[in-house]
Order: sequence, then structure tokens, then C-alpha cells
Amino acid sequence: MGNEEELNRIIDYSGRDYKHIGTRPVRPDGVDKVTGRANFGADFDMNGMLHGRMVRSPHAHAKIKSINVAKALKLEGVKAVVTGKDFPAIDPSDKIVGEVVVSFYDMSRNVIARDKVYYDGHAVAAVAATSPQIAERAAALIEVEYEVLKPVMNLAEAMKKNAPVLHKGMTTEGVEPAPKKSSNIAKRAQFALGDVEAGFKKAEVIVEGDYSTQTVHQGYIETHACVVSLAADGMATVWSSSQGQFMVRAMCAKLCGMDNSKIKAIPAEIGGGFGGKTVVYLEPVAMMLAKQSGKPVKMVMSRDEVMRATGPTSGGHARCKLGALNDGTLVAGELEMEYEAGAFPGSPVGLGCMTGFAPYNMTDILCTGWDVVVNRPKAAAYRAPGAPVAAFAVESAMDELALKLGMDPLQLRIKNAAIEGTQAPYGVKFGRIGNLENLRAAEEHPHMSVPLGPNQGRGIASGFWFNIGGTSSAEVMINEDGTVIVVTGNPDIGGSRASMALMAAEVLGVDVSRIKPLVADTESVAFSALTGGSRVTFATGKAVIEAAEDAVKDMKRRAAKMWDVELDQVEWENGCAVCIETDKHKPLSIADIAKKSDRTGGAISGKANINAQGAGPAFGTHICDVEIDPETGFVTVLRYTAIQDVGKAIHPSYVEGQMQGGAAQGIGWALNEEYVYSDEGQLLNTGFLDYRVPVCSDLPMINTVVVEVPNPGHPYGVRGVGEVPIVPPLAAVANAVSRAAGVRMGHLPISPPKLLASIDEAK
Amino acid sequence: MAKHHVTTTINGDRTEFLCDTEQTLLDVLRDELGLTGSKEGCASGDCGACSVTMNGTLVCSCLVLAAEAQDAKFETIEGVASAEELHPIQRHFLQEAALQCGICTPGFIVATKALLEHNPDPTETEARYWLAGNLCRCTGYDKIIKAVMNAAAEMRGA
Repeated sequence: MGNEEELNRIIDYSGRDYKHIGTRPVRPDGVDKVTGRANFGADFDMNGMLHGRMVRSPHAHAKIKSINVAKALKLEGVKAVVTGKDFPAIDPSDKIVGEVVVSFYDMSRNVIARDKVYYDGHAVAAVAATSPQIAERAAALIEVEYEVLKPVMNLAEAMKKNAPVLHKGMTTEGVEPAPKKSSNIAKRAQFALGDVEAGFKKAEVIVEGDYSTQTVHQGYIETHACVVSLAADGMATVWSSSQGQFMVRAMCAKLCGMDNSKIKAIPAEIGGGFGGKTVVYLEPVAMMLAKQSGKPVKMVMSRDEVMRATGPTSGGHARCKLGALNDGTLVAGELEMEYEAGAFPGSPVGLGCMTGFAPYNMTDILCTGWDVVVNRPKAAAYRAPGAPVAAFAVESAMDELALKLGMDPLQLRIKNAAIEGTQAPYGVKFGRIGNLENLRAAEEHPHMSVPLGPNQGRGIASGFWFNIGGTSSAEVMINEDGTVIVVTGNPDIGGSRASMALMAAEVLGVDVSRIKPLVADTESVAFSALTGGSRVTFATGKAVIEAAEDAVKDMKRRAAKMWDVELDQVEWENGCAVCIETDKHKPLSIADIAKKSDRTGGAISGKANINAQGAGPAFGTHICDVEIDPETGFVTVLRYTAIQDVGKAIHPSYVEGQMQGGAAQGIGWALNEEYVYSDEGQLLNTGFLDYRVPVCSDLPMINTVVVEVPNPGHPYGVRGVGEVPIVPPLAAVANAVSRAAGVRMGHLPISPPKLLASIDEAK
Repeated sequence: MAKHHVTTTINGDRTEFLCDTEQTLLDVLRDELGLTGSKEGCASGDCGACSVTMNGTLVCSCLVLAAEAQDAKFETIEGVASAEELHPIQRHFLQEAALQCGICTPGFIVATKALLEHNPDPTETEARYWLAGNLCRCTGYDKIIKAVMNAAAEMRGA
């Protein structure tokens, strides 16, 4: 359908020339990762360490009547056993209220149950022993007596009037008048623009549909793992794989009742997270086992534990109604959604409400979201949390609208595209965004002109994510030979060290091979918020740029001293200090300045601690071609193209990789992945064999078009890239299948039996 | 129960170890021999992160009992590069940016090496089916396949 250059393009709207930004050097941590030398969470041992093992509930909903640990403690080699009682009590009001509420009270109970278990796999106790085998045997000897309660496994059951209540005393927030009765509905969130009723009155065409998605897991290949050491003086070291060493430190301190200064958190290489490693599960438990035993404790989850007790993201149900004029102009939109929060409140339904209609210029909309607890694991962040489910509903409805209007689905989106100045559903007016540029790129892409055969369909969908900034730190240290170390506090989850090095190279004017970027522990760099929200290349990148500029300032001062000229006579060009006053001074390279630094004031470094503002909202548009087998209901993805405005691609290969990876995860969400529970609430598919993430032979090559409409809030125009690409694919795939099958597939995953049943029903 | 004494060859080196009956080869590689390049993603043979070759055949080391290693010859990720240079497969993985988090990478490289020894000129489809037992959640496989095809071409001298 075209050559590789046509299929994969970078469309640059910045018009700026960079020397280093936009090149594709080998990543600095690459060799370690292709040779097996990189140390991930489970690859670290300490001398004399014990092995910890969790005891988990086999019941989805039960009261804990008693826990008897006597037999386990008697087993030779067992050194510690902890239960919820060993952890400090946390006040229920102890929470951080942000876009998603973080309740330490709930988190503490999620890490290890107290009086009640809320899902199959909920941790109830833990042991530490001299070998993993003994720990496993000891775990089996812990006797937990339960009073089994009826589980509430899905949204419809949980919202019924007389449903068993998970949390007595929890009432629905955000409803007037405030209800007094305990409920599984934790919260109602609402976002509105204009007058939706008046909008629908203007409509000449209305579509309305019902959509649902299932609970899915982030599916990182590395399971959670940590080693914790706690010395007799109360000083602890936590080595673990997470999306934020400062988050690990804060959560351990909170949940174990310690000061931050007593905990050193060392980030391991992280083997995938996608949002799922923005919380702790093992670290506080290993801390308490280490405290009790006086020895370092290592804990590593099995895949089964990961599936049963970590992640996942919310399954959701949505009703979406769209109104338009006959020419395709959107005049009204209504979206009402319920999301599973899992065992404790806090699904990302509010974020879903804020993002669903964001790609469109609409003045009259109403989005309502309900946050509902069910007896499934507490939902964790997963790439653009909340947005994919909302986008699935809205983008499927857009496809229905296009069909009803007899309009091309891409032209319908172009006609209604949100552009600079459009009022977003969540309150802000968009600044410079690249939504329309994406759609134009789709229009011109060779993918769109490939003819479709029998049983084939093409789906289009767009998606939006805010991207965030926040607190980031960086230090740029100039070594005495002129090489450079760039230190940040953000775990590198997909190549960010390469981006940091490139941005520092651009400021300093030296080759990236002379720069070593690293991720430091909590005692070697100032606080940085965690890796998430597509914020690292934007916010931490901004900190790196400022730190590098700080170092340049220092080096200019040193050069002025070496030449004995005024500072304003020194400029920085191509990695050298140059004297503009006179040409008798030869330019000084970083190495020249560094070599004499002892005579000009000692070591040279620059630093920046910032709270980065000006994050750039971003959009993506995906095109998917499928072929369905009407005999079996099997769907083959034939072609896929992901188009995204990234602002500026610092290292284009890793930008493309994020887009391709997000698309692949979204394809899995659309076609295969779902949590399957027994009637009693036990998770049945706890391994990769039957929780099937896309494998190599399931997918085609994934074309990428990197659109670069610079974000004015970043020196190089960066927006952030990791989250947008998982927003469009659910609907892109579903729209393609629906068009191929001639029947709307509004309920994910589109598994072969489900598609077959829908085809048969439509006959 | 007494431990088993096993004599085997790993990356060309004669190696001895003691193991429990229930320990897998992966357990021993990682926990007893310090070869942590092979990763555990599932312990059920579904993800391929622990891929090694056993007497030239690609296997998941989590599905081999350590006691079965007696007299066998293994190659792990630690044996792929020489002290002087990376293997062409490793180089192409780096050049194509065929990894993001990198946890699956050792398994993919071992599996790719086995593929190209078995079939030096695979089609894209053949490569995709051979590697279908290795899960990657980050990349969508696109750049991995490009790296594999480029490495195959270089190794054939094409």
C-alpha cells in the first residue's frame, strides 16, 4: 500500500532546526538491556536476606474472623509472620484529593486486609523464611477463618437497591440531597457545557447507544518485586521496581509509620508499568517482615498474584447520545458512565467524563460518571486512565452518526474537530493543538486508499489526553574531563534517559555520547513526582533543560574568569564558550573549562527544581482495517495506522514505539482481554495463557505518523506521548469490525463467540 | 530431602550446582548461579522471558526442572555477546529501538537467535509465528520484527 517512508512519517510544524533533538541515537541503557545485565526488581539480592510470601484470600468478599499463625511460626526456617494488626492504624480522613482521590486508609487496607477481604487474592498475612520454598510452605500453614459474604461482581449487581454493601457507612458523594443510606456507589461526577436539552432540540439527527468494556490488566511482563532492609537503627533501604522511588518512599513511610528520612528508595530498572506501578503492594509488607525478623526481605509476586491483586483498570458501562444537523455539525452530546472502582472507591470515571468529547467542538454537552465499588481488585492507573472507555463510547457513536448521515467518518470528524480556542468539556479553552492536523494526515495517508475486500472493514477513531507537568528535579554535573552526568528522579519506563540526554546535548552543544543520564535514588536527587501522566519528557525534560542552562551559565562565568573579561563578553556556541570582545581568545570547550575548574571555583554543575506548568494537551487518530471470519467470528487486524500530535519528538523511535505499543494494548482490550470470574468471585484466568495479550502473530506492522505541532509550554515543543495512543484503538477496532459485520459491536472484548452471536442475531 | 547434584554446561562453561527437586532451571539460573538475564514473567511457559536453548532447542527455562539439566548444554542471554562485540541481533535491536522497558528483550534475543539458526531467511510471517511465544507489552512488536529481519539479512550477508 506504499513504501515505508509514505507509511511512517514525521510532519513538522515547528520550522525549527535542532542539532540533537529529533535524532535517533542508541539508548544509553541499551547494551545492558540486550545483554541481560540490566537489574530489574527481582534481580537484586542482599546478603542474609529472607524470602517473603503473601497469604491471599480465596474469597471475593468475607469477614476475617481469626488468623492463626502458630503453625507457620513453628516451621523451621520461618523468621517472621505479619498480619494487618501489625500495621499502624490510619485515619479514614487521611487522603490526597486530586483528579483521583488517594486514600491512605484504603491503601493500607488494600496492601493487607484488616477486618474484611474485598476480592479474590486480597492479602491477609505474610511470612518471611530462609528460602522461597519454606516461605511457601509456611504460607499454607497460616489458618484464616472467614465468614463468607455474597460478592458483588459487576456494575449492575453493585448498583441494585438491595445489593450487599462492601463498605458500611459509605454513601454516594456528589448527589443532592446527600443520601444517608450506605451504597456501593461512591461518587457522582458531572461535567457540563451549555444546555444539552436545548442542543438536542436543534438536532436533526440523533444516535443513541449502549456500550461496555471489561476489566483489563496493564499486563506488564515484570511482576512486582522488592528487597527491603531495615537496620537496628531504624534506617531502611527499599530496592524496588516502580514508577516512582519517591512515591515508594512516601507510601512506605505512611503505611509503616516512619519518617521519609529513614527510608532510602532505590529504583530498579522497571519492566513495564503503564500506570500499574504508581502504587505499592509489597514494599510496606516487606518492611514489616524486615522489622520483625531483623533481616532483609525479598518479595516477588507470581503472575497469578499480579492478575488477582494488582492493577487492573475499570470495566465500564456507557450510554452515549449525539445530536447533529443534517450537514454533520454536532449540536449536542450526552454521556453517562459507570466505572468499576474495584474494592475501594476511586475509579477514573471523572477523567472519562472530561475526555470523551474533547476531540470535538461542541457547545452543549453533559457528562455524568458514577464510581462504583465491586469485589474486584482496586483499580490502578492504566495509560490515560478513564479515557479509553469514554472514547470507545463516543467514537462508536460518531461512527453510528456517520452511517446514519451517510457521511465519511473522517470528514465528520474533520467538520467538528476541536481546534485552538475550542472550549474543552473540562473547562479550559484549548491553546495550540494538533487535532485537525492529525485528521488531515489521516486523510492523506495511503492507508485510506487501500481497497477493502469482502468481510473487511475500516474503522477510524480519535482520542484525547491532557498530559501533565508537575514537580521535577534535575542536576547536570560536568566531570573533570568534560563529560556530563544528567541526574533525574524519574524511573525510565520506555527510553526517557535517551530523551534526557538529547535535551541536555541540545543545550550544552555536545554529542549525546558524552552525556550519561541516570535515575538516582531518593537521597541523591531532589524530590520528583512519579513517572506517569505522560509527564517525564515534558516536565523532567524541562528540568533537565534548565539544569543544563544553569551549568552553561556557570561555565560562561568560568570562561570569563579564565580570560579575565566581563561575563557579558562570553557567549555559548556549539558547546564552547566564545569571547565576543576580542578574537585573541580561542573558544573554550566544556573539557577545557572543566580541566581548569579547580582554578575557577571548583566543581561545575547546574540544577533545577521546578513545578512544570504548560503541559500540552494531545490528540491521536487511528485507522484500523480488519477482516472477519463469518464462520468463526475470528477477527484479523490487517492494517493499522496511528497518527498523533506529539508536539516534538525528542527521540522519534521511542515516540513511534509508544504509539505502536499503545495501539497494540488497545487492540488487545478490544478483541481479547477481560477478567473472567466464577459465580463465587474467583478470578479464573490468572495467567497469560487464558488472559491473552496480543502476541507477535496477532498483529500487523503498525504505521505511525508523528505530527509535530509544538507545545508553546515547552522550550522544544514537547507534549508527552505515552497515553494518547491507547485512547482511540478500542473504537477504531470496534468500528472496523462493526462495518465489516454490518452490526454494531458495542460490547468489548469482541471475542469470536460474541461476534458470531451478533452476526447470527442480525441475520 | 537431599539435594540433587547436577553437572551441566552453560554458555560453554562446565557448571555444577545443587538443587531441590521442585526447583526449575530458571530458579537455579537466577537464584543459585546469579545469571539473572533470564527473566520470570509467568513461570508457566506463556511469556518466553526466560527463553534459553537446551541442546540447541529453544525452551522456556521455567518449564525445565533443574535436575533435568544433567549433561545438557545450555545457552542463555549471558552467552550471546562476546567480550569484544555484541551479536548482530543485539545490535539490530538497539538500532531499531526494538525495546522499551527491556524485560522481555533477553528472551526475544535468545529466541531470535534460535530462529535464525533454524531458518536464516524467514518471512515476516514466519518470524512472527516463531516469536509468538515471547510476549512484549511495550512495543507492539513492530520494531522487534524490523530488528529481526535486519539481523537476518546481515547474518546471511544479504
